[in-house]
Amino acid sequence: MSRIAVQEDRCKGCMLCSTVCPVQIIVQSERFNQSGYKVAEVPAEDMEKCTGCTSCALICPDLAIRVYRTPKKKKGDE
Amino acid sequence: MSEMNEKLVFDRPKAVIDRPTHYCPGCHHGVAHRLVGELLEELGVFEDTILVSSIGCSVFLYNYLNVDAVEAPHGRAPAVATGVKAARKDNFVFAYQGDGDLASIGMAEILHAANRGEKISVVFVNNTVYGMTGGQMAPTTLIGQRTTTCPSGRCLEHEGAPIRMTEIIAGLGGTAFAARGSLDNVKNIRQAKKYMRKAFECQTQNKGFGFVELLSACPTNWKMTPVQANERIQTEMIPYFPLGVYKDTDEGGAC
Repeated sequence: MSRIAVQEDRCKGCMLCSTVCPVQIIVQSERFNQSGYKVAEVPAEDMEKCTGCTSCALICPDLAIRVYRTPKKKKGDE
Repeated sequence: MSEMNEKLVFDRPKAVIDRPTHYCPGCHHGVAHRLVGELLEELGVFEDTILVSSIGCSVFLYNYLNVDAVEAPHGRAPAVATGVKAARKDNFVFAYQGDGDLASIGMAEILHAANRGEKISVVFVNNTVYGMTGGQMAPTTLIGQRTTTCPSGRCLEHEGAPIRMTEIIAGLGGTAFAARGSLDNVKNIRQAKKYMRKAFECQTQNKGFGFVELLSACPTNWKMTPVQANERIQTEMIPYFPLGVYKDTDEGGAC
C-alpha cells in the first residue's frame, strides 16, 4: 500500500495536488493550520487507493508532501 | 508488516532548507527551488555552488537553498555571476531571476553575459508580472492582461508586445543551451527539469552559457485562485510562449 503524508504546518491549501492526483483522493479539509490555511488531506478510507505516483509531491510548491510506497510482493512470496 | 517494507519515495532534497517559504499559496517558485535543489545534488555540485540571487520574490532564495550566495543589485545577477565565476572558476555559479528583474532592468546584463558565452547558468522564472511590488506590468505581461499599472489591460499599441526572452537568448552567439519549460503540470515539470539539467551541464562540461525559462503562476497578482492560475499557464501563456528547446549546441544550432 502506498500513502502520502501531508506536513500540515507547511501546506498552504493551494490544492494544486488535488488537480494532478490520478485517483482524485486529495481534498481540502475543514481544519486550519497555524498560518490559517485549510490544509490538504486524504480521507483515511481513501488512502488505500493511493498509487504512490508522487505527482502531488512533484507539483507541491511548499514541499509539504512526502510519499511512501510499499513494493508489491512477487508471486510466490509469503 | 507492510510498514516494514515501506519506502520513502519522495522527500525534500537536502539542498532545500526545511523551512516555510514566504511565497503565496500556489506560487511556482517553490517548485523551481526544488528542481534546482535536486539538480545540484544529482550533478554533484551542491557543495561547490555559488548562487547569485536577484531582486523580486526570489530575493530570499539564499534562505531556502543551502548553498553560498551573493545578492545582486536589481537586474545585475548575470553581471555579478560573471565576476563570481571569474574569481572562482572551479565553483558552479548560477543566477536565479524573475521576469521583472531579468527582462526589464536586467536586459543589458543578461544579453551581454549570454553573448560573451560566460560559463554560468541562469534560471529565469517568468510569471508575467512584477510579483513582489504588487503586480505591476512587466515586459512579459501578455496583451490584454490587467495589472496595477495597466488597469484596462496591456495594449499592443502603447506598451508593445511581450518579450520572448528565450528566443532572444537563443539568437546570441555565446549561448550553449536555451529552452523554455513550464511548471503547470507534472509532465511539464519533469520536462522542465530535463531542460534545467542540460543548462546546468553546459557549465559543468564547460560548454558555455545555459539558460532556462520557466513559465510559472502568480495567483495573487493575477487575482485568481491557485488552480485557476495554474490553468491560465496552459490556456494563455503557452500559446504565446511556446515550450521547447531553442538552442542546443550539442544538436547543431537552433530548433
